[in-house]
Amino acid sequence: MTVMNNLLILPVVLPLLGAIAIFLTRGRIQLHRAIAIVTVLTMLLFSIILLGYVKEGAIPVFSAGDWEIPYGIVFAADIFSALMLTVASIVATAVLLFSFKTMDEAREKYGYYAFFLLVMMGVNGSFLTGDIFNLYVFFEIMLICSYILLSLGSGKEQLRESFKFMVINMLSSTLFLVGVAFLYGVTGTLNLADLAVKVQAAQGEGFITVIAVLFLVVFGTKAAIFPLYFWLPDSYRVPHPAVSALFGGLLTKVGVYVLYRIFTLVFITDPGYTHTLLLVVAAATMVLGIIGAVFQMDMRKLLSYHIISQIGYMIMGLGIFTSSSLAAGVLFIIHNILVKGALFLVAGTVKHLTGTENLKELGGLLQVYPWLGIIFFFAGISLAGAPPFSGFFAKYSLMLAGLESGRYVIVAVSLGVSILTLFSMMKIFQYAFWGAAQDWYEQKSYGHLVAPAAVLVVLSVAMGLGAQWMYELSAAAGSQLLDPSIYIKAVLGA
Amino acid sequence: MKSFILETVSKVVLFVILIFSFYLLLRGHNAPGGGFIAGLMTSATFILLYLALGPGARKQILPLNFRAFIPVGLLISALTGLVPLAGGKPFLTSAFGYADLPVFGEIEWATAMLFDFGVYLVVVGVTMSIISVLGEE
Repeated sequence: MTVMNNLLILPVVLPLLGAIAIFLTRGRIQLHRAIAIVTVLTMLLFSIILLGYVKEGAIPVFSAGDWEIPYGIVFAADIFSALMLTVASIVATAVLLFSFKTMDEAREKYGYYAFFLLVMMGVNGSFLTGDIFNLYVFFEIMLICSYILLSLGSGKEQLRESFKFMVINMLSSTLFLVGVAFLYGVTGTLNLADLAVKVQAAQGEGFITVIAVLFLVVFGTKAAIFPLYFWLPDSYRVPHPAVSALFGGLLTKVGVYVLYRIFTLVFITDPGYTHTLLLVVAAATMVLGIIGAVFQMDMRKLLSYHIISQIGYMIMGLGIFTSSSLAAGVLFIIHNILVKGALFLVAGTVKHLTGTENLKELGGLLQVYPWLGIIFFFAGISLAGAPPFSGFFAKYSLMLAGLESGRYVIVAVSLGVSILTLFSMMKIFQYAFWGAAQDWYEQKSYGHLVAPAAVLVVLSVAMGLGAQWMYELSAAAGSQLLDPSIYIKAVLGA
Repeated sequence: MKSFILETVSKVVLFVILIFSFYLLLRGHNAPGGGFIAGLMTSATFILLYLALGPGARKQILPLNFRAFIPVGLLISALTGLVPLAGGKPFLTSAFGYADLPVFGEIEWATAMLFDFGVYLVVVGVTMSIISVLGEE
C-alpha cells in the first residue's frame, strides 16, 4: 500500500533522470536513444502496474516531503489518471521509435531526446498532481520544453509559429496564475481535494462561477476549444513530424484532462451554468474544427483541424455530466490519443518519404507504399467512428449518454460532424493514396517507418474488440469522476 | 571599457556578496533565502567580475564550464528527493538533526540543504550560460 503511494513519483522522476543522463553525456547520440527508450518503456511498465493497482478503486496518495495534507504538495492517482498515464506512455513510445528513424542529427545533438523526456515529465506530472499550483508548475515544464521542441530546427515558418505558440501560452499561463490567486484568495488552499470541499461550502457565491469561467478560458486555450483554438493548426503543422505526432496526440489532451479534473471535482457548484456553457462550446468547437478541416489541402494541417473538432467531443462528454457521459468522454480521449498519434505518424511518414504533404501534389501512394495506405485507412475510419474500431465504441457510448440525458441538439450536431469527419478522411485517402502513382516517387523501404503507427492502430482495434473490458474500465473512471467525495476522501482521509 | 573605480570596488565587494550568498544558501531550508536566491546572488558576483575585468579575465579566474552545472545540480536535487523512497518515506522527505562543530558551535543540518545546493548549481549554471551566450557570441 505505502509502497505504491511513494512510487507515484516515478512517472515524474524517471524522465527527469533520463534527461539529466542525456545532458551529462553530451554528443553520444546512440546512448541518448538507449536512455530515452529505456525511460519511456519503464514509464509504460509502471503505468500499467499502476492501472492494475487502481482498477479496483484504490487511490494511492502521497504528500511530497511528508508534509501534512492539505499543506504539502499531493500526488494522487485515480483510474482516469492511470489510464491517461498509460496511454501517454504508449504514444510516447511510438513517437520515440518513429523519431529514431526520421530525426536528423542536428536536432538529436541539440538535445531532442532530453526535451522529449522533459515534456513527458510535465505531462505525467499534470496527470498525477493533486495541487493546483503544482499543476501550474508541471504545465510550465511541459510548455517550456514544447517551445524548444517546436522551434528545434529553426526554419523560418517554424520560428514564426513557435513565437505565436509561446505568446499565447504565456498569456494563458498568466491567466492561470491569476485564477489560482483568486482561488487561493477565496478559499485559502491550493490542494484540489481541499478546494473541492471549500468551494462546496461557498456554494451559490457568484465569484466561484467567475473563477470557473476563468479556468475554462485558461485550459480552453491549452486544449484548443472554441473560440480559442486559432493557434493550433499552424503551430502543429510546422515542426518535425515526430514532434507533431507527440503534440497532436498528447499535448492538447492534457488541457482536456485538467478540464475534466477541475470541472468534476472543484467547479461543480453551478453545473446549470458552467456545464451548459461547456456544451455550447463543445458544439461550436466540433463544427468549426471540422469545417476548417474539410477545406484544407495540407495533410498535417487538416489533421490539426481535426484535433480541434475531436476536442469538442471530449468536452461534450464533460458537459453532459452524467456518469455514462464522463465514461464515454474518458474512452474517447484514450481512443483519440492513440488514433491521432497514428494519423500524425502516417502523415509524417508521407512527408519523410515524399518530401511533401500537399494533397494536390500527392496521389497514388497506395501503389507504391501499400501498407502506409492501409494503416491510414484503418486509423481514418477509426477516427470517423466505424466498427469494430475504438472510435465506434467511443462515439456510440457518447451519443448514448447524450440521448439518455435528453441532450438531443448536441447529439445531432456530433452526428453531423461525424459525417464530415469521414468525408475529410476520405479526402486525404482519395488525394494522397488513391489514383495513379506519381512518377517521381522512389521505391524505398518503409516498414520501419510505419511500424509505430501500425502498433497504435492495432491497439485501437484491440480497444474496439475488447470494448467490453475497456468500457468497464472507463465506466469505473467515470463514476469515480462523478462522485468527488471518493477523491476527496482518498486525499484528505476524512 | 574598463573603469578603475569599478575594478577596485568590485574586488572587495565581490567576496562580501559571495559570502552572503552562501549564508543565504545555508539558512534557506527554514528561513528566508535558499538555493534559488543564493544562486542568483552568486551569479551576480560572477557578472560583476565579468563587467569589471572583461570576459577574458573571468575565464582565467574561474575556468569553469557553467553549462555542466545544470545537469549536475539537477541530479543532486533529484537524488536527494529519491533517497527517502528507500526508507519507505515519500519523495523529498527531509531528514534533519543537530551537530556540534568545533568553531561554530551547535548547528542544525537538514538534507533539504543538499536539495537547495542542487538548485543553487542549476541557477548558477543557467544564469551564467545565458550571460555568456548573450555577452560573448
